[in-house]
Amino acid sequence: MTGPGHPAPLRALPVGPRALLVEVATAEEAQALHAELLRRRAAGALPPVREIVPAARTVLLDGLADPYALAADLASWNVPPLPAADAEPVVLPVRYDGADLAEVAALWGVGEDEVVRLHTGTVFRVAFCGFAPGFGYLTGLPERLHVPRRATPRTAVPAGSVGLAGPYTGVYPRSSPGGWQLIGRTDAVLWDPGREPAALLAPGTRVRFEERA
Amino acid sequence: MRSVTVVRAGALTTVQDLGRPGHAHLGVPRSGALDEPAHRIANRLVGNPAHCATLETTLGGCAVRAGTAVTVAVTGAPCPVRVDGLPAAWGAAVRVPAGAVLDVGPARAGVRSYVAFAGGLAVEPVLGSRSRDLLSGLGPEPLADGVALPLGDPCGPSAGADAVPWPGPPVGELVLPLVLGPRHDWFTPEALSATLPGGGFRVSAASNRIGLRTEGPALARARTGELPSEGMVLGAVQVPPDGHPVVFLADHPTTGGYPVVGVVPEPALAAVAQARPGTPVRFVPTRGRAG
Repeated sequence: MTGPGHPAPLRALPVGPRALLVEVATAEEAQALHAELLRRRAAGALPPVREIVPAARTVLLDGLADPYALAADLASWNVPPLPAADAEPVVLPVRYDGADLAEVAALWGVGEDEVVRLHTGTVFRVAFCGFAPGFGYLTGLPERLHVPRRATPRTAVPAGSVGLAGPYTGVYPRSSPGGWQLIGRTDAVLWDPGREPAALLAPGTRVRFEERA
Repeated sequence: MRSVTVVRAGALTTVQDLGRPGHAHLGVPRSGALDEPAHRIANRLVGNPAHCATLETTLGGCAVRAGTAVTVAVTGAPCPVRVDGLPAAWGAAVRVPAGAVLDVGPARAGVRSYVAFAGGLAVEPVLGSRSRDLLSGLGPEPLADGVALPLGDPCGPSAGADAVPWPGPPVGELVLPLVLGPRHDWFTPEALSATLPGGGFRVSAASNRIGLRTEGPALARARTGELPSEGMVLGAVQVPPDGHPVVFLADHPTTGGYPVVGVVPEPALAAVAQARPGTPVRFVPTRGRAG
């Protein structure tokens, strides 16, 4: 079933009696598979499923009546590449004054102004959520701009902090311990369970950061 | 307004219902009663539907004063039940008069007792659930002395004590079926065929609503390196670098980067919820249907 938009057959691993973990080779393929699963569910072309959880290289389907039947069906799927964006990205205003801005500039080999220019010039996409409700793992930075986590995590990172770790950018929805390199802070409310939707950033959402003086 | 007031909060007493499934993609744990069958039976005994919120106690029980007369039932971990000091039935509908104190005593066995009130606890739901999620802090705070908890209107006659059977707390050894995968290939064949079924694991005192931690043997890895974060299910047995398996319970993180050697099917998790620290644990690995 290999095709131009589908470099390798999907690998479906059973997870207990009611779930399936579908594994692909790259983050882009995982995002494309997630989009395809949502399309099929909306079209009524997916068996009932309680959770569809995308992650770095996988999508978990939990609460299936018959994971093995779906696993067999998945072998014939041809997942198209991610469709072109049809909506404007969510814009997050950021004060780029994070405690690790100088460190990130050094790792990138540029000045702090250039960190801001590169970060605000990128359109990100929420690959998946985790760690805390509403915490999105945003992809979009090229590999040369990936940075390691801090050697020693901070015991408290304030809510709204914008950080970098590995291939990801993330915004802390609330104060928590964390090891990401902090470059700035936003006043945007990432998570509010009283709001609909509660999460500002859900998997698939596109995001742009804007410098706020 | 119908309500009960907390007289003795106990070590950790939380409001629980069937949780908030369907939000895992936003990083929201499922949460909900750890011993779900016990929660369901408590509700049934007082005439509530299964989704009504109950109290989940931890080892020490709790006590509440009824603002108005209310029918209650205590299930899960067996414990002494008293109404204004007089012994009352465990595992059956009990009438608590207005102003009387319902005392749910320390668990005689097991860990978590469930207290259902006719009409259910009517605290404000969050994302469709009244469950307290101890990982992400969603839902009502754990009980504190003096706090009043509103009750809903009773919705039906009590089912009486015709009792659906439920699994008792584990006696002796906790034997857990384990469907291998998705990452059992990260462990040595000996870890899968000898260490897991060999027993020698014990429930760690560090266990909580997020996971049952084990102490004892460590599972040997067949490969090193890191796993990119992937989605986690209820009952997943995750193995951190120290090799000691952790059985994920209702408040587990939705994604994780340590390999999952196998999954304990949900029907076996009620016994996990009632396993005290020190209880011996054995895993019985099986292959999934597709091998």
